[in-house]
Amino acid sequence: MKLIEIFEESVIVLKTNKLRTALSMLGIIIGIGSVISLMSLGAASQQSVKERIQSLGSNLLTIRPGSNQQGFLRGGSSVTTLTNEDAEAIKTSKRFTTIDKVAAVYSAQTQVVFEGNNTNVSILGITSDYFDLNNIEIEYGFPITDDDLELQNKVAVLGTDVIEDLFENKNPIGSNVRINGTAFKVIGIIKSKGFGTDGNIFIPLSTAQKSLFGVSHVSSIYVSAKEESLMNAAENQLGFFLLERHGFEKPEDADFTISSQSDILETANEITQTFTTLLTGIAAISLVVGGIGIMNIMLVTVTERTREIGIRKALGAKRKAIITQFLIEAIVLTITGGLIGVMLGVGVSYLLTKVMSMSFVISVNAIGLAFGVSALIGILFGWYPAQKAARLQPIEALRYE
Amino acid sequence: MLKIENITKTYNNGDVKTVALDGVSFEIEHGEFVSIMGPSGSGKSTLMHILGALDVPTSGKYVLNGKNVEAMSDDELADIRNKEIGFVFQAYNLLARTSALKNVALPMVYAGLSKKERVERAKEVLEAVGLKDKINNMPNQLSGGQKQRVAIARSLSMKPSIILADEPTGNLPTSQTHEIMDIFSKLNNEGHTIIIITHEEAVASRTKRVITLVDGKIQKDEEKK
Ligand SMILES: Nc1ncnc2c1ncn2[C@@H]1O[C@H](COP(=O)(O)OP(=O)(O)OP(=O)(O)O)[C@@H](O)[C@H]1O
Ligand SMILES: [Mg+2]
Repeated sequence: MKLIEIFEESVIVLKTNKLRTALSMLGIIIGIGSVISLMSLGAASQQSVKERIQSLGSNLLTIRPGSNQQGFLRGGSSVTTLTNEDAEAIKTSKRFTTIDKVAAVYSAQTQVVFEGNNTNVSILGITSDYFDLNNIEIEYGFPITDDDLELQNKVAVLGTDVIEDLFENKNPIGSNVRINGTAFKVIGIIKSKGFGTDGNIFIPLSTAQKSLFGVSHVSSIYVSAKEESLMNAAENQLGFFLLERHGFEKPEDADFTISSQSDILETANEITQTFTTLLTGIAAISLVVGGIGIMNIMLVTVTERTREIGIRKALGAKRKAIITQFLIEAIVLTITGGLIGVMLGVGVSYLLTKVMSMSFVISVNAIGLAFGVSALIGILFGWYPAQKAARLQPIEALRYE
Repeated sequence: MLKIENITKTYNNGDVKTVALDGVSFEIEHGEFVSIMGPSGSGKSTLMHILGALDVPTSGKYVLNGKNVEAMSDDELADIRNKEIGFVFQAYNLLARTSALKNVALPMVYAGLSKKERVERAKEVLEAVGLKDKINNMPNQLSGGQKQRVAIARSLSMKPSIILADEPTGNLPTSQTHEIMDIFSKLNNEGHTIIIITHEEAVASRTKRVITLVDGKIQKDEEKK
């Protein structure tokens, strides 16, 4: 008897017993589908957290006033040890070989009015490189330039949320908004990032410090390293430069804190890692449940199948023909079910990530793992009872109950 | 053509030991029509399964068409079942959800016959048992007698030298019993060797030799004139 004929016989059996075939496949489909969707969802959320953090600006170092011991949360705006002169010094110093751009920011929360509308927003007084450093793009109009800083121009660039609140989505460019009672001309709108900066108004740092808030310090200085690999070197150079400039000797005494993108990324990764571990755990459980489902349906049909094996043996089937037939059946079943399961899993994760507006990441590991485990279980529990029955005398197999 | 010598079969179920066959010997020639009778539990089915190479004896000799069956491997036994013996069960043992035609063709699949040959031959034997118009029916769309006729057709499909039937009419009403016996008589007239187990005098009376088993031993072996 040729293999092709055994294969045909297997397919006939699968087609003949549609309900049994469908039920066995269902276990595999659900097992594989759920594992893939869960693991892809985990990978997707990790990816989108990473993307969001990177979209805040790559290779970015943030210098804030206040010492490490205080923690920069408590340092905040009440600490006045950092100034724009520090930023200028960093920018103009010949000592730095590792850094690219520098920007200083003063931020404060205040009231903004346009015609009848008013809202409370974060005003960011910035220097010209701020947009570049933070990967912020100008959608309409112009950014804040060195000229604006020099002349202390009363100009503003708005985030999209502000436009919604104040202008009810009318074109704001050219209009005057009143910030803290002073009129500012709107010159640009930034491209929405979907979070964070969308709710801000950007004005020249010099204007913010002198005309609006009467301060001389800044809230933070952003510095970008030339390359990601230079982040550590840049952090060290900046640290020693500012220590010296502020007249300290020991790093413990520093009245500023430098944090890097990778610090934030690390923390965020730790959080999403926990989340992914959780999802993986759930996925593992569904794989086990799916596996038990496959096992169940395979074993439940054993009585019927054992009688079938008895009949086939009584009619002259050799042991090898029986085992091959059942093995082929199990393989066809798991591969067909597996492929449907993979498609389902990929489809569901695609839909889920679209709905949650995350980036769609397919975990190849998940596909391999889910497919492998289900196929293994399906084939094992299709083959094992069959080879046991194939070894019986035909009459014993026929008598089996 | 078929000869058994001192066949015994003992079942061991834990502590309980059942001697189902206790030294059975006989010879059956080509073209005979034999019935095996005896009370329930006397070992008729056990004997028939051994003759059909569906089971192996505990001891004894079995020679079929010049070949020593008791010394054969599993695969050799499968070949004997496939080519030399046609077996008809009381419970039909047809594959469920599989058409009469496919059921009848199954032994030919294992013999490696081409699809064309299988279909031709299956139609032929189904016609011979009077089921020409039922070839595409599933077993659950057939009466008991029709199912048994499919089973007989299946046992004929490989043109075996012997047909063994274990109470082929045991589940059937009298009218259908006669139909089935007519088929066996016709097959015997065509030259097939046939051995039938039965409880019914009416069935035994249509055969030419009656072997009676009691407690795993042959009690009577009578040839009719
Ligand atoms: N698989 C088995 N395990 C243990 N004992 C068995 C087995 N098969 C048959 N027997 C015993 O062997 C004896 C003979 O059984 P067998 O089926 O051959 O009887 P039988 O003559 O066909 O009876 P019946 O007319 O009722 O069909 C009985 O005592 C039965 O209980
Ligand atoms: Mg019996």
